[in-house]
Amino acid sequence: MAKYDKKRMNELIDGTLEFYQLKEMMSSHKDPERFEIYREVLQERVSWDDPILLPYGLHLYIVQKSDGDRIVKCDCGHEFCNYKENWKLHARIFVRDTEEKMNEIYPKLMSPDPEWQVIREYYCPNCAVQLEVEAVPPWYPIILDFEPDIDTFYKEWIKRPMPTKA
Amino acid sequence: MTKLVTDVQQKKKPIGWDGKSLKQMRKEMDEISKETGYYAGLRSLPFKETDPIRFEKIYSKLRGGVVHARETAKKVAASPIVEQEGELCFSLYSPEADSIVTSTGIIIHVGTMGAAIKFMIENEYEDNPGINDRDIFCNNDNHVGNVHTCDVHTLIPIFWEGEVIGWAGGVTHVIDTGASAPGSMPMGPVQRYDDGYQVTCRKIGQNDILSKDWLLESTRSVRAVKYWTLDEKTRIAGCHMIRDLVLDVIKEEGVDAYKQFMREIIEDGRRGFVNQVKTMLIPGKYRQASFVDVPFKDLDLPSFAKLNTIIHTPSEITVHKDAMLEIDFEGANRWGWHPFNATPVSITSGIWVMLSQTLVPNDRINDGAYYASKFGIPYGSWFNPDDIRSAHSNTWHALVAAWSPLWRGLSRSYFGRGYLEEVNAGNAHTSNWLMGGGYDQYGQLSAMNSFETSACGVGASAVQDGINHSAALWNPEGDMGDMEIWELLEPLIFLGRQVLPGSGGAGKYRGGNGWQSLRLGWGAQEWTMFLAGAGVIATDCGLMGGYPAAAGYRFQANKTNIKERIAKRLPIPLGGDVDPDYPTFEGNMEAEVIHRDRQAVSTQEEFVDYDVIMNYLRGGPGFGDPLERNPKLVESDLNEKYILLRYAEQVYGCVFTEEKGIYTVDLKATEEKRKEIGKRRIDRSVPTKEWMEGERTKILNKDAAIQVRHMYAQSFALSEKFTDEFKSFWNIPEEWMIYEEELGVPTLGAHINRFKQKK
Repeated sequence: MAKYDKKRMNELIDGTLEFYQLKEMMSSHKDPERFEIYREVLQERVSWDDPILLPYGLHLYIVQKSDGDRIVKCDCGHEFCNYKENWKLHARIFVRDTEEKMNEIYPKLMSPDPEWQVIREYYCPNCAVQLEVEAVPPWYPIILDFEPDIDTFYKEWIKRPMPTKA
Repeated sequence: MTKLVTDVQQKKKPIGWDGKSLKQMRKEMDEISKETGYYAGLRSLPFKETDPIRFEKIYSKLRGGVVHARETAKKVAASPIVEQEGELCFSLYSPEADSIVTSTGIIIHVGTMGAAIKFMIENEYEDNPGINDRDIFCNNDNHVGNVHTCDVHTLIPIFWEGEVIGWAGGVTHVIDTGASAPGSMPMGPVQRYDDGYQVTCRKIGQNDILSKDWLLESTRSVRAVKYWTLDEKTRIAGCHMIRDLVLDVIKEEGVDAYKQFMREIIEDGRRGFVNQVKTMLIPGKYRQASFVDVPFKDLDLPSFAKLNTIIHTPSEITVHKDAMLEIDFEGANRWGWHPFNATPVSITSGIWVMLSQTLVPNDRINDGAYYASKFGIPYGSWFNPDDIRSAHSNTWHALVAAWSPLWRGLSRSYFGRGYLEEVNAGNAHTSNWLMGGGYDQYGQLSAMNSFETSACGVGASAVQDGINHSAALWNPEGDMGDMEIWELLEPLIFLGRQVLPGSGGAGKYRGGNGWQSLRLGWGAQEWTMFLAGAGVIATDCGLMGGYPAAAGYRFQANKTNIKERIAKRLPIPLGGDVDPDYPTFEGNMEAEVIHRDRQAVSTQEEFVDYDVIMNYLRGGPGFGDPLERNPKLVESDLNEKYILLRYAEQVYGCVFTEEKGIYTVDLKATEEKRKEIGKRRIDRSVPTKEWMEGERTKILNKDAAIQVRHMYAQSFALSEKFTDEFKSFWNIPEEWMIYEEELGVPTLGAHINRFKQKK
């Protein structure tokens, strides 16, 4: 079974691996220790020291605060909310709901018709990175994409202690 | 005492194992599997555990043989859909119709052919019309569980010493099924009775010979007869190869070993699936939704079908603690008078097609995975219609849209666990479908459906761009086909194929680009053409900051002056419509009618020589914020014409210098420009909760286009849970509601309605 070190993990995260290396990773049986190495590499890359419990999305992490709270945090340091809430409600939003706004992203006719569907962009209030994009009809409730069962994951699936420090 | 006719009728000896009927076997298998949680109640796998080499040898023989049957049999076909695109599949089943091994190809039909065999078992075909050695059965009935009418199944029982030891099934996607419009996935059907020639699990041959009445009736019921006929021979050839294979294995290994093997391989498949879920995923809930347009208001259709609406497919994946994978589609809206409806079997089988490309990417695809999963498909919804009149001819319009977000949901798990190489932002909506029919360039009554859709753009991953113009979700062996072959078979000359810049969704890693082909009518008589694709909607989101792939549109020109322009050696439209903001096709011809709009579904229009129609094959969604894309990759995209200059500048925030048509990115200026775009984002965005107040007011005022209100009204009528969640999210008062009846659009066929049921 394949096993990858931190160097390989960093290259994977940076997108610098050659296709043959990625193909090998895709075709091999998955390495069970991947999560821990990946988590450690991500922890080393952020400037803050709250322990990462789970990478939650590009730039987003569920971290453990010293008071026991688990919150969604951007790698810039911005803290959104408890991980059970929808972080998008604590972000900034820009909605493309006119042809003109759509045309900034897509050539004419290649965007959704804003009468049928709008594009919602969610930005980090601190670093302005675009964290998620929804294409939904008007009125659609903002989607809570992912509610992980972190306790089961650690205790019963990977059978590892929850990280307590960075 | 008087005896009934049924009492004196001589009952045939049951054909199942140990004196049981197939129906008894099916019932017992369901009961024991449900009761124990193990397929066939197998808590251990004694054969596999005690003699693993022999076990694997049997598996390899069967798997290799089934794949070989597909590869060999497809050479019988003449249809480019089958022979070029590989739109066929074979599978081997247990006597109760549980799949054991399957070939490559359109493996959605592992489930649909299983459903057809189960239908025969449930309806006691064993007694009437009888199931005998060397019988041949055919099915393509949508409501039995097929995907759509053009997927025609051939099913044959395999006997060993008087008992059914299994079934072989083969399916091909035929070019035409005699529907109200030509082509395999026609636009026009709005009811089952428009969908074409439907055969309900019919015995069509005995002693390995097709019945003459079948041959005459079936070939008089469809267009493109030669393709239909050769497709059937393909399916029969493959099934017979599989039958021979199974009998050889039994001769070599013994029937008891084969019987034990077939039980254990399915339980092994179940265990393998559970193991993959635990290895790859994170327990929890994943939510997503897809939307696809039904812009039928102005089409030439019956009045009750003429409305604009949106097919809504929310999905919630639950990965349970015990690794059970559950997918619930609560909130999906109603079936309708359009050909985009589906059956539960087609959506669940299709989900296995998707999973086999991501979560379980191995050759152990069998019904074991089915026993480790659970689906919630609302009755009365577009993929579980409560009315046999529903049409299904172009079910992929909605199915593809519904599946793509599931892959996106699973990708959140892969991302969380560090399996970044497995992340996929979603899939292209595989359209437009370019279809037509009439008398072709050879004077034959024929039909066409361009399967260039087999090569759409792939969604981006977390580590690389999606592959350009390469694949389709429904057939892992995507291939756009050779132009020369299409031209041989279709009365349409290629005026070019060209990548469509910006059709893949923008992102740190962009979606694979789609492309366009331009076709010129040539040589046909009494020919009609039409399109089917998503036009006004992007059918999936991007992932983690990436944008959705571009939506679709149509271009068609009728009664052009291209003939005269060729004679005068003037320019004519060629290649793709690479920048629709600045179109060039119209500048190189005149035409009496030009359709350049978002109406990407159309009904038949006469199409003559020198008419022009464009096919647009979609791109895939993007991953991550485009401002984080490596500027050198943007430069490369620009120079290779995968993106237009103004979008390289405004979406990716890159600054270029240009010399002799070659662009070079200015890294320092790009860094500054990206900072400016970041500032602009903050300036023109608002806190989400603030924006929600305005959106809530719009909802209270019912301020939205009618198709949007109709979509919600249908979901509200079917689902209390969706309604409650909607109202709770927006803090909408109890008395607020939208009813289908108040919208002034047709409501024929809207039966299930919890508001009416309450009254």
